[in-house]
Order: sequence, then structure tokens, then C-alpha cells
Amino acid sequence: MMNKYADLTVPGPTITPISKPFWDAIEQGEFILQHCKDCQKWVFYPRSHCPHCWSNQLEWKQASGKAQLKTWSTVHRAGHPAWQAITPYIVGVVELEEGPSMMTHLLVDAPNQLKIGDPLNVHYVQCNDTWLPFFG
Amino acid sequence: MTKRNVPASAIVGIGELKPARYTEGKTTLGMIAESVRLAVQDAGIEKDQVDGLLVGPQVGETPQHVPATVSEYLGLEPKMSNVVDLGGATGAGMLWRAQAAIDAGMCETVVCVLANINEKGNPLRSPNRNPIREFDVPFGASGANTSYALLKQRHMAEYGSTQEQFALIAHWARKNAQKNPEAIFYGKPATVADVLESPLIVDPLHLYEIVMPVGGGAAVIVTSNKAIINKKHAPVRVLGAGEKVTHRAVSQAPDLKSAPLSYAIPQALGQAGFKVHDINLLSLYDCYTSVVATTIENAGICPPGKFGDWMKNHSFGHDGDWPLNTHGGQLGFGQADLAGGMSHIIEAVRQLRNEADGRQIKDAKYSLITGNGATLSEATALVLGGEG
Repeated sequence: MMNKYADLTVPGPTITPISKPFWDAIEQGEFILQHCKDCQKWVFYPRSHCPHCWSNQLEWKQASGKAQLKTWSTVHRAGHPAWQAITPYIVGVVELEEGPSMMTHLLVDAPNQLKIGDPLNVHYVQCNDTWLPFFG
Repeated sequence: MTKRNVPASAIVGIGELKPARYTEGKTTLGMIAESVRLAVQDAGIEKDQVDGLLVGPQVGETPQHVPATVSEYLGLEPKMSNVVDLGGATGAGMLWRAQAAIDAGMCETVVCVLANINEKGNPLRSPNRNPIREFDVPFGASGANTSYALLKQRHMAEYGSTQEQFALIAHWARKNAQKNPEAIFYGKPATVADVLESPLIVDPLHLYEIVMPVGGGAAVIVTSNKAIINKKHAPVRVLGAGEKVTHRAVSQAPDLKSAPLSYAIPQALGQAGFKVHDINLLSLYDCYTSVVATTIENAGICPPGKFGDWMKNHSFGHDGDWPLNTHGGQLGFGQADLAGGMSHIIEAVRQLRNEADGRQIKDAKYSLITGNGATLSEATALVLGGEG
């Protein structure tokens, strides 16, 4: 199947020095998350400090890439005009197995059969010139 | 009900611009000036009595130094000024801050103003380089419509709420707008079927469940009791306020089926010494139908997930048992960016002054105002009281 995302001129992530390891790993096909050495909680999105205990001892660890669906939506009119080319498409919020939630793009065929709690796995997709963690 | 002491200040002036779909040839600063002029005129005070200024952020026109820019433009020298930046909760958030600044002895008379241009084909885009821009936008999830669609979908999946139940909220907004010649949808009522037949923009949100962006503005004057000389109108007072902020991006929401309004509303009612059933007018922030649903549930008017069953048995016009957004709400009136949230305050003041021509509710004494910003994440609630 052609990757319909590769030629989209959509806005990519605005990467910071703190988040760079996450995006570098995605490009290598790996899913890593920050883990707090002090309170042992997982953190997403990447931060300088743990939002739970304010420790600055966050380390990158391998994560499972597994998640459960929290909510979803089929976009007919895109919030950014560059996404309009591939409407309708589906976005969703997922709860990662490690605990934090994230926004993602869903690779599913039948949005009308989705349910809260559906199990999903990460898929690495090249979108414009960036690799992104989609779930399906 | 137990009433707390009469506050030391009151709302004495309101000004509002008629919403315009597009505002070619205007500037945001110019619309701020006109809103303020109308409010000062309504209050029957002099320009130079204004010694406090609360403004909102202005995407695209004045990114920084907003109070200084607005003060200079208006020829004011305020002794207290600030940007209030709470999205749709900004208007309500300004009102208690104005009162607090007067209580603190920083100033006597505060103007709270929000206005925005709306130019065709020129949407204002924020130059964000922050987490929501980095971790939500790249997945195709930019814009408020997508965030609120995700929230509405969770409500439907969790509680079994139906499209018809949400469409009823849009129907009532359009119906009430027929009593307000200023409203953008005046002359354009919509049935539940019309709402359901309008295009799906971001599933499950239909076009008629989403506010229409317009240009417009609104200003409110709050002044100390001792400064009230010219009693042009009955004063309206902030009897209680509550506020809470929980997150920014919908992906980071601690609870997808509730809002920090669940704290802010009881806090405001508690400060006023009221229960929600003491309220005569619900003036609830309605950027989307689903926000009204969540607000009704967060107010404790019905149990979580049950807004649809509850609404079926009540009536929401100016002559109904639960008057709700009698100006048409933003769904019927139009949303002039942050000034949209101010429309709920302006209408409540009109009703509590008994000056709502053609749509005056009976026994208008107390109103619950809500403001909601970002992704059900910035919440402010106010209880306003009239002299009636």
C-alpha cells in the first residue's frame, strides 16, 4: 500500500532539546518514555521535571508500545488545511500501557465499531519528513 | 439560603458590539475602544474615572504588552492592569478579578474588555512552540473542533447519550436567538432535525452544534460602591466566584467526561450561599452543544450522563422553567473569540436589571454564569445578583 501520509505537507513536531530522544527513537522504530527515578511513575509528554513529584531525575526507558483507546473522532473538516487532502481520517486519545495518555492518529478501518478500551499497538509511519507513532 | 455580605463593588455598565460575520476594515484595538466607550456611556461615568483595566490576549495583533497598548490607545493610565488568559473563561475570570482588585484598594473602577476582528480567509493562527503543538497537532488533531469531538465521543460511548439529545441544545439556542435581533442567527431557527442534517464537521459534532466565528466585542464596568454616584441602572453584583484549571491539551485531560466546572460551579454557589435551584437564569458557556451538557451535569442539576433525560422534561426559553442562554447563547448569537464568553455576562446583567427587551424573564434575581476555555480545562463560574 502506498503511504498516503508521506507526501502531506503538514506541520511536524516542534522538537525541543528535552523531547529529542523520543523523536530520535521513533525514527529508529523504538518507543521510549521517561520514567521517574524518584516516584517510579512514567511520564508523557517529555518534560524536564516529573509532573507527579517534581523530581528532575527522569530517565528514558523502553516502553511497550501497547495502549487502550480512550476516545476517537473521524475528522471531515481538518483543523489545519494541509490535513484536508486525506479526510476523512481518524484521530484518538490512547492510554499507554505504562499509564500516561497521548494523542495519536488511528490506523483503523471501521470507526463505527470502536469501543472505549480497545487494545492498540504502535505503528511507525512517515508523515511528510518525520516518523510519527500512529496506533492501530 | 444564606446570603453573604453585600460586596463592596458592583457591575454598573455594559457595552456590546453586534456580532458581524466579517469585520473588514476594522482593528481589534478599534473594537476594544468602541466596546469600552459603550460600557462607560451605559454606566453614566466619565472616561477618566476608569483606573483599572483587564484585557485578554490578542493573537495576531498585540502578542505582548497588551495592557500598555490598550491603555495608550484609549488614553487611560490605569493603576491596576492585567491580561486574563483563560480562553472562553476569560470574561467570567475578569469579573471576580476586578472585584478583588477593588477590594484590595488598588483601584476604584475597572473596565473588563474583550474584542476581536474576524477577517475572511485569514484565520488567526497562534505561533505556538509548546507541548500541544509538538504532541497533538502533528497527528492531525489541531483545532478546537477535534478536541471537543473527542470529548463528545467519550460522553456518548460512556453514557449512551444520543445525537438527538445534543441537537436539542442547539435547537434551544437557535430558538432563543429569535428573541434577540442582535444575534447572528436571528431569523434562522433550527429544528432538531435541521441540526442532525447539518454536515458532520468532526464526528460526532455537526455544523449547527459548533459556534459561528464572528467579529465583535464586549466590555463591563465594575466600580466600588462609594464610586457609584450616577445610578443609571440597578447595580448587579458578583455574589460568588469559582475557578479551576486542570490541563491544556485534550490528550492530557484528567477526566474526559467532566470538566473543572465540577469544582468552579459549587465553589461559586457556595460563596453566594445558594443551591443551583435558587438560580433564575442559566447563562452557560456554549462553544459546543456538548459543553452545555457537561456543564449541566457538573452543576449537579442532573446526575452525570443524564442531561438528555433531564432536558426532555424542561423548557429553556425566557418563559420556561429553566431559562438558559436567553440571548441565544454563543450557538445562536455568534462567538467573537474571547468576547463570546462575555456575552453570557452581558445577557445576565440585562436580565438582572430587568432590561431584556422582548425576552425578560420573570423574577430575575440570580444568574449562574460559566466560562470554559481550551479543552474543558479552564473553568470559571460566577453567581450574579440583581437588586430585584
